[in-house]
Amino acid sequence: MLRNLAQLFRYRGLIQSLVARELKARYRGSVLGFFWSFINPLLLLLVYSFVFTFVMKAAHDPRIEPYALFMFCGILPWTWFSSSLAESAGVLISGGNLIKKVLFPAEILPIVTVLANMIHFFLGLPILAGFLIYYHRPLHASELAIFPLVVLVQLVLTLGFSLILAALTVHFRDIRDILSNLLTFWFFSTPIIYPYFLFEDPLHPEQVVWQAEALKLNPFTHLAITYQEILFFEGPVGHLKWLLLLGAISVVFFLFGYWVFDRLRDTFAEEV
Amino acid sequence: MHAIQATHASKVYRRYSRRHQFTTLKSALLSGSLTRDLRPDETFAAVRDVTFTVPRGQTLGVIGRNGSGKSTLLKLVAGITKPTTGTVDVNGRISALIELGAGFHPEISGRENVFINGIMLGLTKREITRRFDEIVEFAEMKDFIDAPVKTYSSGMYMRLGFAVAIHVDPEVLLVDEVLAVGDEGFTHKCLDKFAEFKRRGKTILLVTHSLGLVERFCDEALWMDAGSMKAIGDPKRVVGAYITDVEVGEEQLLAAGDAKAKELSTVVSPDEPATAVLPDHPVETAEGPADMFRATEGRWGSREIEITDVQLYGPDQQPGHVFHSGDQMTIRIALRSPVENEDFVIGIGIFNAEGVCCYGTNTSIEELKAVRIFGDAEALFTIESLDLVEGTYKIDVAIHKLDGYPYDYHRLLYTFRVKSRTKDVGIYRPRHAWRFSDSLAFDRAGDEA
Repeated sequence: MLRNLAQLFRYRGLIQSLVARELKARYRGSVLGFFWSFINPLLLLLVYSFVFTFVMKAAHDPRIEPYALFMFCGILPWTWFSSSLAESAGVLISGGNLIKKVLFPAEILPIVTVLANMIHFFLGLPILAGFLIYYHRPLHASELAIFPLVVLVQLVLTLGFSLILAALTVHFRDIRDILSNLLTFWFFSTPIIYPYFLFEDPLHPEQVVWQAEALKLNPFTHLAITYQEILFFEGPVGHLKWLLLLGAISVVFFLFGYWVFDRLRDTFAEEV
Repeated sequence: MHAIQATHASKVYRRYSRRHQFTTLKSALLSGSLTRDLRPDETFAAVRDVTFTVPRGQTLGVIGRNGSGKSTLLKLVAGITKPTTGTVDVNGRISALIELGAGFHPEISGRENVFINGIMLGLTKREITRRFDEIVEFAEMKDFIDAPVKTYSSGMYMRLGFAVAIHVDPEVLLVDEVLAVGDEGFTHKCLDKFAEFKRRGKTILLVTHSLGLVERFCDEALWMDAGSMKAIGDPKRVVGAYITDVEVGEEQLLAAGDAKAKELSTVVSPDEPATAVLPDHPVETAEGPADMFRATEGRWGSREIEITDVQLYGPDQQPGHVFHSGDQMTIRIALRSPVENEDFVIGIGIFNAEGVCCYGTNTSIEELKAVRIFGDAEALFTIESLDLVEGTYKIDVAIHKLDGYPYDYHRLLYTFRVKSRTKDVGIYRPRHAWRFSDSLAFDRAGDEA
């Protein structure tokens, strides 16, 4: 398994070209082409701004105003995560031709999916930055230094999930259908459209609330909180120790995912 | 030093039952462990205990019927699948021409696809840049290389795929029946490229149905049959054995067809001539269809004289259905006439697969006057030399009155096959010879890729 993992390094050129191909092919034929990668998140943000400024003027916790921007900080990384998982589930089946006909390390396919979605995430960041400046949200250099770390943790975690899903979906096609529903549930179980302190009693902040404890079991909670603390909230990133713990777990989880993938590798050519 | 070595390699595929196909993750989780459900119910050995060695620089041709395990063997050598038992060991960089253009993305240009495909096959970006012009040149794609691949014709697609694969410069080249790419000219170019590979001491494993190519091109031939190795060795000998075996198979197939025809004739009892007819022929066709030459196969007639059996014999006087062009062939017709009869003509017609009458004759045309037939009788029609080109032929056998009134007419009920090593065209092969003046010379080498 570790030898295969090391071998993957030799294929970095291929991974790079496939990611580039993925991005090129996605917008080929559309008029605006590559600009869609910027326009999509921009439009998304505008829609949220419109809805929460004019349609649902519900009273939010003043700490999370402007609400659209708060949401956007969580949705952008979530989109990377959820699209990666959803696409990975089908990637070995749709890439069956490669696995059956070309000598080709199959794990490249889910990896390329995750990386291509990461590029999309990066392309959304300038839009986010533009709005942060527009709303006069200061960014501190010390906070920004943590940003690559949280991206890295998310990358490793997402790769782990993608590898497992890609491998298992070959044998159980139902996963693709279960997954889309599961991801919706997962989205609402993550503090993205609500702040993590929603469950905290403002009068007794030290009181243990079971919902908040349950949220901590969700790995994406820690990513979302960290993104929000870096980008949205003022003050130091208080969630750093959780992030480091999640980082360690993610590495183990990635290795587990790779192990599952490696175990099932020989069955792919026959099953897809 | 071997380039490819297979040692007792077997590949067992699982064959899922219908029930299994509908197993879901849920039921797998409920009914027990995942791994148990991933175990097959039934297995199917696509390749069984194959052992062979290809020394470096040699070319091995793999032949065999469809489904005999050739392609699986190639995948084992390519490393795309792993042998269930045994080992397959390959030394050197492999390029597998199994499916051309696998992994081309339809939306992006041929140029970008060449790069990605090349990288997939193990080249670096620099190597591809260096060989790019050569690849495009080889594929004859100069004008279209920047168009998206989805606009390519299937021929262009394959040509480009082939061009990339062949320019990977492998030490071991695996080819699976991909020579049917493009037109004659392109095929020749591919063959030239293979010859060049051979000259440069590369190892080639070639899976093909083109037996001529194996004989001409390969150092050794491997004949796969139902997953096992049937023979390996000198290409001429192995190909010869394979052809003989295919003939036996065809013989059995044709014999089965004949058995059906005979069944058809025995179902009918002579007292009930009306039922002696295939469903597509109305009952009252004791007279035969209006236009006999447009009739499809079947049997009709009054059965006053009956054809009880028709059998074909080869030069060795053994009954058979597959003959070589130029062989002697005898048609034996067994007849029965319960009452003495002196008004009858025996006729024979040979038709090719398109329904063209290759030859037809009868005893009346050949000015033989019937004298009598009574009880069981037998007529033998011997063709000294069956000068037909390769193909499948059907025979009409009939006995009727001089005025055409049918006693028993067997229309296209008997089939035989003519085999030939020469792929000439037409119907009839006249005995012929080429002679040339001294200023004109030929070498003895077929070109039948």
